[in-house]
Amino acid sequence: MRLGCCIGERSESEMVSSEALLTAVVFLPTVWALITAFFEPKATEAIRYFGLFGTALTFLLTLVLLGAYDPAADAKTMQDGMQMYFSHPWIPNWSVNYAMGVDGISLPLVLLTGLISFLAMLASWSIEKHVKGYVILFLLLETGMLGVFLSLDFLLFYIFWEVMLLPMYFLIGIWGGPKREYAAIKFFIYTLFGGVLMLIAMLMLYFNSGNSFDLLHLAAIGQGKVPEFVFGPTFQILAFLLLFIGFAIKLPAFPFHTWLPDAHVEAPTPISMILAGVLLKMGGYGILRIAFPILPYGAQYCAYGIVALGVFSIIYGAFAALAQTDFKRLVAYSSVSHMGYVLLGMGVWKIGEQADQSIYYWQMGVNAAMFQMIAHGISSAGMFFMVGVLYDRVHHRDLNKFGGIAGLMPQYTGIAAGIFFAGLGLPGLCGFIGEIFSVLSAWQFDKLLAIIAAAGVILTAGYILWTIQRVYFGPAYKGEHAEAIVPANSRELLIGYTLLGFAILLGVMPQLLFNLMDPSISLLVNNMDSAYRALPDVAAKAAETALVP
Amino acid sequence: MFDALLTQLLTETTEKSLRLFSPELALSAGIVAMLLARLFGVDQKLPTHWVALWGALAAFGLSWFAFIDFSSSGSEAVEYFSGLMVMDRFALTFRLGLLLFLVFVITLTVLCGIPDGEDAPDFYSLLLGSVIGMLIMGSSNHLLMLFLGIEMSSVPGYAMAGFLKGRRTSSEGALKFVVYGAGAAGVMLYGISLIAGLLGTAQFPEIADRLQDLFRGEQATLADPVVRTLVLGLLMTLVGFAFKLSVVPFHFWTPDAFQGAPAEVGGFLGVASKAAAFVLLVRFVLAIVTPLTSIELSGVYLTLGIGIGVIAAITATFGNLAAYTQANMKRLLAYSTIAHAGYMLMAVSALIVLRSGVDPSTTGYDDRCARAVEGLLYYLAVYLFMNLGAFAITALIRNEIFSEEIEDYAGLGFQCPVLAIGMAACLFSLVGLPPLGGFVGKLFVFASLYDAGFVHPIMWGLLALGGLNTVFSLFYYLRVLKTMFLQERPAGARAVIIPTWSNPGVYVMLVTIPLIFPLGVGIRLISGVASRAAQSLFAGL
Repeated sequence: MRLGCCIGERSESEMVSSEALLTAVVFLPTVWALITAFFEPKATEAIRYFGLFGTALTFLLTLVLLGAYDPAADAKTMQDGMQMYFSHPWIPNWSVNYAMGVDGISLPLVLLTGLISFLAMLASWSIEKHVKGYVILFLLLETGMLGVFLSLDFLLFYIFWEVMLLPMYFLIGIWGGPKREYAAIKFFIYTLFGGVLMLIAMLMLYFNSGNSFDLLHLAAIGQGKVPEFVFGPTFQILAFLLLFIGFAIKLPAFPFHTWLPDAHVEAPTPISMILAGVLLKMGGYGILRIAFPILPYGAQYCAYGIVALGVFSIIYGAFAALAQTDFKRLVAYSSVSHMGYVLLGMGVWKIGEQADQSIYYWQMGVNAAMFQMIAHGISSAGMFFMVGVLYDRVHHRDLNKFGGIAGLMPQYTGIAAGIFFAGLGLPGLCGFIGEIFSVLSAWQFDKLLAIIAAAGVILTAGYILWTIQRVYFGPAYKGEHAEAIVPANSRELLIGYTLLGFAILLGVMPQLLFNLMDPSISLLVNNMDSAYRALPDVAAKAAETALVP
Repeated sequence: MFDALLTQLLTETTEKSLRLFSPELALSAGIVAMLLARLFGVDQKLPTHWVALWGALAAFGLSWFAFIDFSSSGSEAVEYFSGLMVMDRFALTFRLGLLLFLVFVITLTVLCGIPDGEDAPDFYSLLLGSVIGMLIMGSSNHLLMLFLGIEMSSVPGYAMAGFLKGRRTSSEGALKFVVYGAGAAGVMLYGISLIAGLLGTAQFPEIADRLQDLFRGEQATLADPVVRTLVLGLLMTLVGFAFKLSVVPFHFWTPDAFQGAPAEVGGFLGVASKAAAFVLLVRFVLAIVTPLTSIELSGVYLTLGIGIGVIAAITATFGNLAAYTQANMKRLLAYSTIAHAGYMLMAVSALIVLRSGVDPSTTGYDDRCARAVEGLLYYLAVYLFMNLGAFAITALIRNEIFSEEIEDYAGLGFQCPVLAIGMAACLFSLVGLPPLGGFVGKLFVFASLYDAGFVHPIMWGLLALGGLNTVFSLFYYLRVLKTMFLQERPAGARAVIIPTWSNPGVYVMLVTIPLIFPLGVGIRLISGVASRAAQSLFAGL
């Protein structure tokens, strides 16, 4: 019934080609990894170039995806807001589908994944040992990330979500820093724990929806559009909490963030870039794709908590960053702080008297959260890379021992300053847009929280400026390995300039991204709002017919 | 009249029963051939393992034909040997899996060179004999066959556990195994006699009806001595199962027996005897637990189901926690088999709760029960590969470095990638991570547990415990992989040189690749087979 209504207008060949495109985007890295397995392990340079070629090709495919996507598409040609949607039975007797699709929420993240993976692979020349294993795991990781953003079946999503764990464990554990074993297992345990909660929520949804894993179908039920099934209020709150904890661990939000500083610090530079640039976004994406649309009542019920958690994470992360002496740890805590804005923006859903107005601000908040995710993906990946460039030369990250890098590596310092300012949220750079809009949208939600969140910006400025001052300015560096400090090579500059370029581009022309995202976010926000308003009626009607789970 | 009966029996036996019994006969012929070969010195020319392998392949082929026959004829269940045994898709699926596993185990013993030429006829006779017992377990339709099957599969197992003659740990483990086994068998036999005496029948299909007759019209409570006797009989019978499955608190033999036995035997006992015991347990449980047509016994059934579920959760938790401190790989895997018996037992508990707690007139009743069995079967199918793989790789590494201590595995990840990656696949599958088969098995079992939660919310608690156990188990499995991949191989340690494209390397690939495909990704295939097998159980009832 649900399938028939929209797909009829699309031709068969169109569906096949979109299916081929999405499948290719997700599985090209896997195929590449399999081919890499047949390389001679000693041919490290060839393996690196081959891997780079693979990530470049994947990035190109994501650009093709962008080209094929139509932000202003007519709702009639889409499947519940999804473009290029396809669905095939995968395990028919458990009604699991191989279903994928793309919308304005997933597309920017897919592009980000393609870009950051390519740049991280380019940054992987510093990896010296077991290059073959590294490249294979890296490519498998990329498949997992892209799969998460494109799947529209809960089980498929879950599988991709967990699939990332295995390569990530080894990437941190084998190629990481001195405490890598501890960091790797901590990351693994935290995420697996979140995964188990998600699994339980998945089973709850499955058995209360007439056995469906289809995210769009589940969302339709959650929004009260399917008369046979209703997710009751208590059920929604419980399932939302399970899902939210699972995603908040990945995000990470206080108090589930403690895996992050360890993992980021111990991971090798390119993997830190991936972790901060892409992996953290999965938490936010999961909330927007799964927890929100399927469980609008639960989301509204928890809205204040989400915002408060976001604000607390902002302040907590900023204070923690101020206290760090390890350069990479500082950047890691800045991630906790920055991802707080994502939660803040998502959560500002106030059910007020003036419905239109509050919806408007909430839509702005979600837009800001999405923007912040992309902006943070670029700026934090850049910051980790900048730390990595320095670490490759001097082999330490102690902030107090640095100083005077600017004179030795002028071009690098310029890029680094730009990227750090992007992280700071300087107007004209990407970080500003996400922060300002999420704080603005929070104002009508709760003025106190908005003020506190805005105050976080001062702390952010504090730790970033202080860092820049300690590392780059002052008398020329004379500490350990001072002789090894040479200007950045062209590969490093390419990565740096690319990231800086995107940071400026998004800062100056945020509408590039907003135009892409806004139709989908508007659809999501309005669907959820009307679902929330309708729920009491629906639940009452269902209770009469004793259908409430 | 007596004549007619005899004739009828003879025709039934020759025309029907023996044909269905042919896989067992093929294995028996293999045993006889091996023993005779030694008598006449033929085993010098024709290695014994070929005889064993051909016997196993013949049995597999015969089961395959029976499977095809069954599929084409469309019949659901056939009783043979005058109702002592039953053949249905459920039994046939189990047979195929078990005999395939036997082929894998024999191949592994050939690759590892255990047993040597002198001992080979003994070892393979025991192995094949044990499998005959398991085949009988899978088709039991009678309390007597249940006991016979369990004993026939256990007794050769005791001898195989002590096969490394002259080693202290081996003898100790085998002795513990025997003593526990004998004790459990005695208790079980007593329980069986109580049930049979109370009901006046030992045929599975009749048990349910007799139970209904016994309690018609009155609510069964423990104040009633008949109920007490029945519950006692059930519990004592379940003790026998608990021993076979190494369920807490009947697990004490497991770590010692597994540590003492060669890894190949550990792999065999850990998978085959558990699988057979689970298949038999499902048959037994379905014979005892009737659908909710009358409420007289529903309380007893529900208590039984939840009780088994709680024991399953305790078993899984205990197995996982006890595995933490193990330094020996075989011992670690022994505790891991205990934990996995716990997970699988959860499916049985879900089956009982669903069977007795859901109104049979609701739509999808049989389907919901069948899903619990399907989950169990899928889990067993995955377990076959992942546990065999882990034990096989342990054995292969032992042959190279003469050690089964985990710390001696340091740095194998890059020295011998094929074994190390195979081990990683098996262990991650044991944790239950996608895209490996272990995840799917766990998902199916958890799904039935969740479904059973609609009958009684305790099952949701068990589900949460099962999920938490997954997190617990990660630590110790990961410790092995950490040693293999994250540490460097110490200078002076014996090198493991097994090229990827060598016989052992290909063997490891054959065992571990199915964990990804078809079990982990192409779920549809095995899930369909398991689903049909499970449904045949309910169609016949």
